[in-house]
Amino acid sequence: MYIKSVIAGAIASLGVAAAALAADVKVGFVYVGPVGDYGWTYEHDQGRLAVEEHFGDRVETVYQELVPEGADSERVMTQMALQGADLIFTTSFGYMEPTINVAKKFPDVKFEHATGYMRADNVSTYSARFYEGRAIQGHIAGKMTKTNKVGYIGSFPIPEVVRGINSAFIHARKVNPDVEFNIVWIYTWFDPAKEADAATALIEQGCDVVLQHTDSTAPQAAAEKAGGVITFGQASDMAMFKPMPRVSSIIDDWAPYYIARTQAVLDGTWTSTDTWDGIGPGMVGIGEITSAVPADVKAEALAMKDAIASGDYHPFTGPINKQDGSVWLAAGETADDGTLLGMNFYVEGIKGDVPQ
Amino acid sequence: MFKLEKRPQQSQKWIYLSPFLAVLITMISGGILFAALGENPFEAIRIIFWDPLFDPNFASYSRPQLLVKAGPLILIAIGLSFGFKAGVWNIGAEGQYILGAIFGASVALAFYPMESKFIFPLMIIAGALGGFLWGLIPALLKAKLNTNEILVSLMLVYVAESILASVSQGLLKNPDGYGFPGSRNLQNYESAANVEIIANSGMHWGVLFAFITVIVSYIILTKHIQGFNIQLTGQAPRASKFAGVNPTANIVFCLGISGALAGLAGMFEVSGPSGQITIEFNSGYGFTAIIVAFLGRLHPIGIFLSGLLIALTYIGGELAQLMLGLPGASIQLFQGMLLFFLLATDLFANYKVKIGADN
Repeated sequence: MYIKSVIAGAIASLGVAAAALAADVKVGFVYVGPVGDYGWTYEHDQGRLAVEEHFGDRVETVYQELVPEGADSERVMTQMALQGADLIFTTSFGYMEPTINVAKKFPDVKFEHATGYMRADNVSTYSARFYEGRAIQGHIAGKMTKTNKVGYIGSFPIPEVVRGINSAFIHARKVNPDVEFNIVWIYTWFDPAKEADAATALIEQGCDVVLQHTDSTAPQAAAEKAGGVITFGQASDMAMFKPMPRVSSIIDDWAPYYIARTQAVLDGTWTSTDTWDGIGPGMVGIGEITSAVPADVKAEALAMKDAIASGDYHPFTGPINKQDGSVWLAAGETADDGTLLGMNFYVEGIKGDVPQ
Repeated sequence: MFKLEKRPQQSQKWIYLSPFLAVLITMISGGILFAALGENPFEAIRIIFWDPLFDPNFASYSRPQLLVKAGPLILIAIGLSFGFKAGVWNIGAEGQYILGAIFGASVALAFYPMESKFIFPLMIIAGALGGFLWGLIPALLKAKLNTNEILVSLMLVYVAESILASVSQGLLKNPDGYGFPGSRNLQNYESAANVEIIANSGMHWGVLFAFITVIVSYIILTKHIQGFNIQLTGQAPRASKFAGVNPTANIVFCLGISGALAGLAGMFEVSGPSGQITIEFNSGYGFTAIIVAFLGRLHPIGIFLSGLLIALTYIGGELAQLMLGLPGASIQLFQGMLLFFLLATDLFANYKVKIGADN
């Protein structure tokens, strides 16, 4: 056993040395879910694979999945840095403080934290304007609901999620004044059992559209089982549920960003930045709108997509009131990024409170 | 062909042998699993059990982390072992851990930004109190209404998680946090920070407390009348009544002490490694500690060792994922096997295997 472990160790260290010689840059990824969630983490991993394909032998990637947010993630990041990673992407909001802590200990390693707001000299932040995609979802949902009840599975009541709810609601109401949103909070990003329960409960309450801000395909499966309910792929295309219940999707495309940032490290031009891209630059994609959607609705949705992409239309354009009836945006006014990033209120017409 | 025959008495030899056997079988089965995943099984097992301790790259970081991870497990498991010995099943340590953290953090945040050396001791008391009170609920319900403490304590975990979500977004939310949930980071608040006693050793106040608890509980269980009462209640409930053991007091003691220790663990975690109250603050220590307690044979020294072993599988498991790209689920499966094989090998403590046909 001892001799074997020594031999194994020798082989392993040879392997590590060989890899270190081959690759110029090592890139680490920390994932909150499993790579096979077909949602959030899956798309980040697609981004990682794109980096591998683009750079070939020049770049080596490592990843760790199912990393709990909090103290455990700090250890995972530290181990990656110790292992020689030059660039580490931490892909969940809850990794924010751990990323900052570890970054302090490894000033030569570059960190990129998704969806947070804390930066440092060696910590960038990046996120996507998912709310642009939500506007298109809301439009389709408002047009297609027959019961006028739209269910929404919320993960955590953080600004990013609240922003998505508001965007979807505004655009659903615009085309259907009778539409109501039923929102449930399940306090997890990924838990197929809880997500399925939430979807089933919403469907039983009469919702015939279920929107989700969680990462698994469980709500899609629940909708398929119930029949006559439509859903949208979240974070990933979730194409296996086409053409029904999944009628379209918001696809996060991280690959161009990951490739660009890796290139920057290779070139030695990496600096700390804050990136928030949407449909225009291609960070947010809209998956195929299926035949289950009437042609005119599809055409309108695609027109909205183009308008958002070109910058002609901002999904938060006034007049919009807050839930309490006070004016948020005057007619023609668009929301500034600061307000959007800290959004912790519902717009007028949504029932219930943002959990406080 | 095989026949199981009940032993008249538990085999002491097997009680102590089975954890080692379970670890060995887990290594073998885990090795087969890793081989099936296309990895060198010896390398995988080496990375899990050896590298965190001795790898030149990682060991200087992983060894202290071992203490950080084992500290709360040991602290909670020691508390649980009292109840488990007495037949009082506290399954809700996770909830008591959360409440301890909330109580402790609340004290710190109430004083923020005042600096005083009395704040940290107050937090320790508050943390223990929080867990104690949360443990008291199933205790009193059982004593007064004869409810099942397994169900009540387990259900209270979900209540505690809801309270945690609520305070993360309301009462304890960081006013400078741009509306995001989560409290201030206590690591940045000198008077409340649970710092390492010796730099880079991993030895923070919670780990020290865990070690002290191991010693104290060893003394209680071997030398103190309360230790005798606990063991007696578990082994012979009727006899213990005749011996004058008050069953209500015993239930309250067991659930109270395990609650208080779990609460302490939560307090040390929130003021140390974790630093802040967040919605996802709890990461399962309360449940894993149940495995630690049983793997350690409900004995203080055994719990100390099994706490370190389980911590090793966590940290080594993370390394194996990182180094070999093993899927996260395979590591969870590997850890699950350990409990599974322990339960299986424990069979031999109570039963003898007879080979050959006899009627």
